[in-house]
Amino acid sequence: MHKIENKIKNIVEISKKIRIDVVKIIHNAKSGHIGGSLGLADIFTVLYFHTLNHDPNNPNWEKRDRFILSNGHVAPVYYSALAHAKYFPVSELLSLRKLNSRLQGHPNALDLPGVEISTGSLGQGLGVACGMALSAQKDRKTHRIYCSIGDGESQEGSIWESAMFAGHRELSNLIAFTDRNFIQIDGNTEDINKLEPLADKWRAFNWNVLSANGNDIQEIINTFEQAKLEKTKPTMILFYTKLGFPVSYMDGVSKWHGTAPNDEDVKIAIKEIEEYYSKIGLS
Amino acid sequence: MKYLKDNIFNNPTELATRSGFGEALVELGKINDKVVVLTADVTGSVKANMFAEKYPNRFFNVGIAEQNMIAVATGFSLEDKIPFVSTFGAFITGRVWDQIRVLIAYSQSNVKLVATHTGVTVGEDGATHQILEDIALMRVLPNMTVVVPADFNETKKAIFEAVNFDGPIYIRLGRQKSPVIISEDSLFEIGKAQKLKDGNDVTIIACGVLVYEALKASKELKEMGISASVLNMHTIKPLDIEAILKSAKSTGAIVTAEEHQIAGGLGSAVSEVLSQQFPVPIEMVGIKDEFGISGTSEQLLTYYGLRSKNIVESVKKVVKRKR
Ligand SMILES: Cc1ncc(C[n+]2csc(CCOP(=O)(O)OP(=O)(O)O)c2C)c(N)n1
Repeated sequence: MHKIENKIKNIVEISKKIRIDVVKIIHNAKSGHIGGSLGLADIFTVLYFHTLNHDPNNPNWEKRDRFILSNGHVAPVYYSALAHAKYFPVSELLSLRKLNSRLQGHPNALDLPGVEISTGSLGQGLGVACGMALSAQKDRKTHRIYCSIGDGESQEGSIWESAMFAGHRELSNLIAFTDRNFIQIDGNTEDINKLEPLADKWRAFNWNVLSANGNDIQEIINTFEQAKLEKTKPTMILFYTKLGFPVSYMDGVSKWHGTAPNDEDVKIAIKEIEEYYSKIGLS
Repeated sequence: MKYLKDNIFNNPTELATRSGFGEALVELGKINDKVVVLTADVTGSVKANMFAEKYPNRFFNVGIAEQNMIAVATGFSLEDKIPFVSTFGAFITGRVWDQIRVLIAYSQSNVKLVATHTGVTVGEDGATHQILEDIALMRVLPNMTVVVPADFNETKKAIFEAVNFDGPIYIRLGRQKSPVIISEDSLFEIGKAQKLKDGNDVTIIACGVLVYEALKASKELKEMGISASVLNMHTIKPLDIEAILKSAKSTGAIVTAEEHQIAGGLGSAVSEVLSQQFPVPIEMVGIKDEFGISGTSEQLLTYYGLRSKNIVESVKKVVKRKR
């Protein structure tokens, strides 16, 4: 584990806040998908505080980069990132999954600013991203389309319909990434319905494929920057993450895909998050 | 025939219908080696884990790939197996409707479809997971049978019936615990409604978790001097037309109650029969052309007006409309 450099300190600090919020709001809601949300916290922080060209004061700004959450169940990390980016008040996060909240169990685009489309049924978001990317390509617009998918989600046939389409249409303005944590609800993806060789699959569908440690902020930044350079193909970034990172008891344990932590679990989780950040050089 | 357990209003045991499915599967596994179970990365949620442990060679987790799961199950059925396919209601109906239409309904394949998370009682996951259109989607398919058990015990009976039943069947279950009200040993027949309460002024026809609300309503109505008959319409298709007509003739007014869109659901099914064969005033309790939202299942039953008090209100309205 290497210490963080000063220029990304601010982003790392935000990722810590987002992680702590994820734990607290899922605990408060008594349900929700914590493992994927924590594992994706670094990527979402980089997206909303470095990579995306966006304006929280003007969520419908025509030139914004679009972001589509295909794996809608990781709404908690999405909401935390949106709130810290000031799309809505951070205080609203505690309403997650409550009656009459804008923070639905799965994202609702009609209610919440910053959300492009409602998701929660797996395998649908990537195709939406393809449509936005093709539309931008035809209109010679320069914004990009980003899309998050789960590795378990990639077992859906619809993902591969979208993959073939994007490759064929040379949607170089599309940057998708996979949360490659090897975990789905019932266990390890390779035991349930093998995805490997996953990079080869995406390459075979005519995608530019990159891979990186999805729990290393500098590496995430660099990989998105590299993806932006691609001129002919859509890009798939395989982000290797750990479920629940950096909470050790969640690592590799599929139960934490979608179980809310109890009081004791929360204590340990927060402690381990604090320890992790102080180890990498954040006080 | 006495269908109900005693003392159902006095702290009844609560169990989820999906748990009844899990228990029934284990028993079936023992007595029928043609039974195979398929699910799509939700083994514990659909309560197939006990079957999976006992009969690993007859359990297939296909991963998150529902469309393929339906096709694979059809293949099993062609090889004389009896596949029980199960996942959340949204993903075993809407997501795979064309596969079901062509491979299972049109082809009359002997596939048993079991939806475990349906209606607003799915709760916090919200609209995408709270399927409120599944009865309509399945009911409209020729050759399809549609069953909505009222509780845990009835679910077990329905699953046992489904094995011996030759052909496609859709069984709608819930995630949330609900009162166990049907006795273990009463008769369950696909397509035969159960009269749970006798009454003269109105008939309440309900299915699923709304059966309990209907029974509570009939009790409340009795105190107001209104005598309500209650029918448990556990089979939406084929609909027990005879029971509906008989009851409509004797009470002259109908209220339907379901945890589903009124459009296309039980309310529609009942009114299709009555409007053509014996028109009487009818009121419908159910979802009124809306999607669900996050909340606890208890909150949402109230929010969407699916409580006994809503049934009582509808009864008062419909009784006034009687000539
Ligand atoms: C079409 C569809 N099928 C099933 C589900 C239920 N479901 C929600 S999340 C999930 C597992 C997703 O696994 P993965 O994409 O690896 O996400 P992670 O566990 O890493 O968060 C499943 C099966 C769903 N939401 N949509």
